[in-house]
Amino acid sequence: MKVLVAVKRVIDYNVKVRVKADNSDVDLANVKMALNPFCEIAIEEAVRLKEAGTADEIVVVSIGNKSCEEQIRTALALGADRGIRVDVDENPDSLSVAKLLAKIAEKEAPGMVILGKQAIDSDNNQTGQMLAALLDRPQGTFASEVTVDGDTVNVTREVDGGLQTVNLAMPAVVTTDLRLNEPRYASLPNIMKAKRKPLEVLTTDELGVSVASNLQLLRVDPPSERQAGIKVSSVDELVEKLRNDAKVI
Amino acid sequence: MTILVIAEHDNKELKPVTLNTLAAAQAIGGDVHLLVAGAGCQAVADAAAQVSNVSKVLLADNDAYEHQLAENISKLVISIAASYSHILASATTTGKNFLPRVAALLDVNQISDILSVEAEDTFKRPVYAGNAIATVKSSDTTKVITVRGTAFDPVDGSGGTAEIEMLSESCNSGLSSFVSEELAKSDRPELTAASVVISGGRGMGNGDNFELLNKVADKLGAAVGASRAAVDAGFVPNDMQVGQTGKMVAPELYIAVGISGAIQHLAGMKDSKIIVAINKDEEAPIFQVADYGLVADLFDAVPELESKL
Repeated sequence: MKVLVAVKRVIDYNVKVRVKADNSDVDLANVKMALNPFCEIAIEEAVRLKEAGTADEIVVVSIGNKSCEEQIRTALALGADRGIRVDVDENPDSLSVAKLLAKIAEKEAPGMVILGKQAIDSDNNQTGQMLAALLDRPQGTFASEVTVDGDTVNVTREVDGGLQTVNLAMPAVVTTDLRLNEPRYASLPNIMKAKRKPLEVLTTDELGVSVASNLQLLRVDPPSERQAGIKVSSVDELVEKLRNDAKVI
Repeated sequence: MTILVIAEHDNKELKPVTLNTLAAAQAIGGDVHLLVAGAGCQAVADAAAQVSNVSKVLLADNDAYEHQLAENISKLVISIAASYSHILASATTTGKNFLPRVAALLDVNQISDILSVEAEDTFKRPVYAGNAIATVKSSDTTKVITVRGTAFDPVDGSGGTAEIEMLSESCNSGLSSFVSEELAKSDRPELTAASVVISGGRGMGNGDNFELLNKVADKLGAAVGASRAAVDAGFVPNDMQVGQTGKMVAPELYIAVGISGAIQHLAGMKDSKIIVAINKDEEAPIFQVADYGLVADLFDAVPELESKL
């Protein structure tokens, strides 16, 4: 089985985000970028499927300008076999990304597509679901366990209040949640080897997808700042404030 | 302009978050229809018909919808989508699961997790884990939206007299099936729904010490959470994690114990109404967002707090 993994280059999760002075967007100039944490889990899961003998090839795809090849190389160092970058200048919206991925999935015909459940920049949590719908295939979102069983896959999902397990006909789309696995670190020899793995670049024209968007970003604001409150000197004072001032207990 | 809201329920009860999502629909304006899709869920439809601002309840009662499988629910919604200008669901794991499929099948984008309605086509939504708020405008013909429940005050669940219309079509993709469900059996409320949350961080020292928090939680009817540091250290399981990579909470009262206040944690709890921080390090960043800060050793302060509640 071939596994297709889609990854996104995003701001490093340790970096504090700042809004530009003109409120047009957040300021990404000179900030550290990294592989989206949920995408890292997606790659790890694919590598584990390959190690278990369930998958025989892992193709990693990312959509962006040349800089996102850095994240594709990271995925290759972690164990993916080859990479595809779809060349776009600006970040396309989720629907366009899903359409591009659907075209690649049609071409590659993977048994499973694994994506992160969301990117930590746009926080949409929708690309995997959209991809599954466009392909008319089932989905296992927010996965905490993936077990391939013949032509089907059991996916245990993190839902509000617990876990739900669904059985999906393959090909299927899986999106990862945090508990699915603990991603490994790339070893130095593997990082060197990744530099020689194939990386194909495709254009949106070649895939026949328009990335024009009907969503317009009007402005971006920092969230309203919380004012630091007061220090209390004892548990008694704390309980008194919570009872009588805040009235929350 | 008619808005479709998809009800959140467990085939027995209408979940309260539906009332918050209906408030967002009300803010957009126009007629509101509420879709109840499930199996053996007549009681939910009856409750839905009582909600104040709902003009019609659509009831799709079929085995295919029992477990809210995204493949089936999205096909059902698509079958009636043409009548609506906006389609809304709660930004819960259920809504987030099926609604993007609806959007893709309608060839529109989804506007996720909205915090406010600025106009019928313009919404505010959090990005970068709430560290920035984006205002987005959609020119799509149908606006497909998930709503963050904690950002809207619920509409009145009673006083309405909506008619109930049956949808007989069965939409079953045949591609997915429900296997099992394991819902946490806890007497405590769910983290994201609790009105009081008490969380522990690395300062708790080990998992056993979370028992101190459990005792306070029992007195306050609170849910117990944890910082990523506490999860990474192996003190508690990941489903207790509050933060950017865990759960987003916005309770009336949030008590942070032994938590320094990393950005990633603050992103998950800073919309709480009242924040209390208990930490022995008076320089801890958590105090910058806390309404009430207590500089103390948690192993003294937490048992004392419990005894005084």
